[in-house]
Amino acid sequence: MTESASKDKSKQLDEGLERGMAALTEAKIEKAINRVLTGETGARLKAYVETCIHCGLCSEACHYFLSHDRDPRYSPVGKVKQTLWEMLKKRGRVSPEFIKQARLISSTQCNLCKRCAMYCPFGIDVAYLMLVVRRICHLLGVTPRYIQDTAHSHSVNMNQMWVKEDEWIDTLQWQEDEARGDLPNLRIPLEKEGAEIMYSVIGPEPKFQAQLIYQAAVIMNVAGLDWTMPATPGWDNSDMAMFTGDNELMGRLKRVHFETAMRLKVKKIVMGECGHAFRSVYDVGNRWLGWRMPPIPIVHAIDFYYDLLKTGRLKVAKKFEEPVTLHDPCNVVRGGGLADKARYVVNALCENFIEMHPNREHNICCCAGGGVINAGPPYKMVRIEGNRVKAEQLFAVKAKGATVLITPCHNCHSGLEDINHHYHIGFEIKFLGDILYEVIEKPAG
Amino acid sequence: MKHPEQWDWDSLRKEIPFASWQGQFKWVEEPQVSPDGESVAAIVNTGEGEFNVCINGATWETPFEKIWHLRFAPDGRLTAIVSDSGEWTLAVDGRPWENRFGYVWEPRFSADGTSIAVKFQQDMRYGMAVNDAAWATTFANMTCATLSADGRRSAAAVQVADFGEADIFAFQQGTFSAALDGKPWERRFVNVWNLAISPDGRKLAAEVRLTLYDYTIAVNGEPWGQTFNCVWEPVFDPRDGSVLAPVRQAGQWTLARDGSPAWERRFIQLWHPVFSPDGANLAAVVALSFGNWTVAVNGTPWRSTFNELVSDAVFSPDGKRVAAIGKKNGFYHIIVDDSVWPQAFDMAWAPVFSPDGRLAAARVEKKGKYTFAIDGRLWNGQAEAAWDPVFSPDGRKILFRTIENGSYLRRVLPVSEIAG
Repeated sequence: MTESASKDKSKQLDEGLERGMAALTEAKIEKAINRVLTGETGARLKAYVETCIHCGLCSEACHYFLSHDRDPRYSPVGKVKQTLWEMLKKRGRVSPEFIKQARLISSTQCNLCKRCAMYCPFGIDVAYLMLVVRRICHLLGVTPRYIQDTAHSHSVNMNQMWVKEDEWIDTLQWQEDEARGDLPNLRIPLEKEGAEIMYSVIGPEPKFQAQLIYQAAVIMNVAGLDWTMPATPGWDNSDMAMFTGDNELMGRLKRVHFETAMRLKVKKIVMGECGHAFRSVYDVGNRWLGWRMPPIPIVHAIDFYYDLLKTGRLKVAKKFEEPVTLHDPCNVVRGGGLADKARYVVNALCENFIEMHPNREHNICCCAGGGVINAGPPYKMVRIEGNRVKAEQLFAVKAKGATVLITPCHNCHSGLEDINHHYHIGFEIKFLGDILYEVIEKPAG
Repeated sequence: MKHPEQWDWDSLRKEIPFASWQGQFKWVEEPQVSPDGESVAAIVNTGEGEFNVCINGATWETPFEKIWHLRFAPDGRLTAIVSDSGEWTLAVDGRPWENRFGYVWEPRFSADGTSIAVKFQQDMRYGMAVNDAAWATTFANMTCATLSADGRRSAAAVQVADFGEADIFAFQQGTFSAALDGKPWERRFVNVWNLAISPDGRKLAAEVRLTLYDYTIAVNGEPWGQTFNCVWEPVFDPRDGSVLAPVRQAGQWTLARDGSPAWERRFIQLWHPVFSPDGANLAAVVALSFGNWTVAVNGTPWRSTFNELVSDAVFSPDGKRVAAIGKKNGFYHIIVDDSVWPQAFDMAWAPVFSPDGRLAAARVEKKGKYTFAIDGRLWNGQAEAAWDPVFSPDGRKILFRTIENGSYLRRVLPVSEIAG
């Protein structure tokens, strides 16, 4: 374990890392590391560091480790050893090259999926330790270019896709017009103060996947819900700053999101099918600001669909017939406990549901989350080769007859598309909302 | 628009049918109500691709292809964003501005309503238009727009230098500034957020990020000498024009004045600083510890705390009293001067004070029904919709604007009937 595994896989230069590293001095590095270790971490880090007995049981949890033929450099504990432990041992006196490698390991070889925390006899959260490493690298300006650009977009527009304010509203109005083809009186109510629900999405929806907004509008209208969407920044619940280590920007994004809901006086925020955004609004970003829980309750799409189906507000006209399987997104199932509700929804919508194994909180990560896919093209093969075991898992469930792969998370969707394509698995990949929109009873147009 | 002194404080009840509009149009959108309570209006769809505004049962003379964001200005004029032939503008009382734009959004009003500003996009360039006069200079991007309280000055964060796609290094050199009436500061910053215009209109302050890590406040383009881990929205002291802002250092927040600490106490969170009208007092929402929220007045926190949120801190006109909203265990509460009213609500709106500051009132909602509370006592009526209560200038009467049983109702009640 003398050499980082990242050296083998990252052949493409990442300007964000190279130029960031070139600007470093050892004194600057030492200062940043000690700022974080002494000023921004506390009992949690100390407990983890002092509790770990280096048993390596976490290794079996990690898709990178399993996909790289059990190479210990890819084990969770191996990643900590190559990064944070060295920083601690050397009291911050590490080289610029070390920082670059630490960034590669923490940001492109760990999805912060927390599966390893379940395998650790003490429940040590390696994802937290990797976030500490990411925080240090952020303060040192060593961040993959593409995810840094996304963070810049967040900082300017409060969304991750450089969507300007007028473009957002215009997209909603365009989708409203389009959806009136389905329901002539359909509305996407903008800025409706006092509505029950504020519906929030992630930046890629207006940018590339506007049909998801269309579908959501149809679902809301068919269910007869009192809902609104903001016509101001604050509509995007996503958060790449959480993954670069820019905690201050993360806090700013979450503040805008929740204060938009508070301004609109809604009772709850319903969010689309996104995993990392759920983590940001439900756990990490809200708490950085001092809110113990979300100040306005957050309802993930899985939970929302569950409620609509369970209460009969949506009725299924004809179930989806093709055999489906379900990928449990880490952030909403392992992190949010929505496994049973996801299954209720799938069974309510589909004729034939075939479980993949392992599943629920034991499911294998998509390898796109934790900001890894957002680190961009240089790391595409790192993700794909680092998740061979996911392909094996998918081949196994395909052999049982599943032809459609459902995953209620944007990052999972994109990451699994890459795996599906690279390994020639042959799944059609869908969101729950795609199927829900397709099968529900709609009034005649 | 008449001043509140000239409003009808004598008619106890006026009623305008509203639900019946549904039969006249394809659909009727959310109603809006004028400040004096004399008018109720809504966007209505009159056919495919044709919208209008219905006010007290009569539509505007001219329909539009699209209409959204219907709002009454504080002076009672009715405004909406309207579109015809792919161009957008603002219509005031049914008359569109002469300027047309690629897009228009987020209207804002001066305190007295005489000035109306919008953000506009034209040919993918951005600016503000105030009272139908567009900024002479437009920008590649624009955010965080604001209008001075007197409506004379408008400002926004603007992009003043181009940078290529994913060119993170050019961006970090600083491509943003702040513009007052369309004229940007000379200095550029990585980010500019949350602007404030001084009461005399001569200064513009903003949160700025000097690098990805160094935050401070810039006033007229000059950053404070001190930098912080993070900052929030600046406010001008109305007495001397100095600038105060929440600042974060070593994981804790406090208030700084012109870059130096203004409050001794540190907090887990501190935001929404607000001055009393006379500038003698300053209140802010603070978290004393994780998940433990309250209001601090001049740096001293209240004893009443809330585990979910505190918001909407407002001063009485005389600057001596403060009211706010707190949320605890899923329910909203009204707090006035650290005293929590006895009721818990499903939703509460910002409290309003009587002109003499003696009484506070709020619009509240429980189990889907709206009502009003005055000094902790509930009105015994219920409504399907309601707007903020308004005290009469002498503080003896209160105006309630509601929708009940499908009709819009304007009620004037003696305050004593509810508050005792």
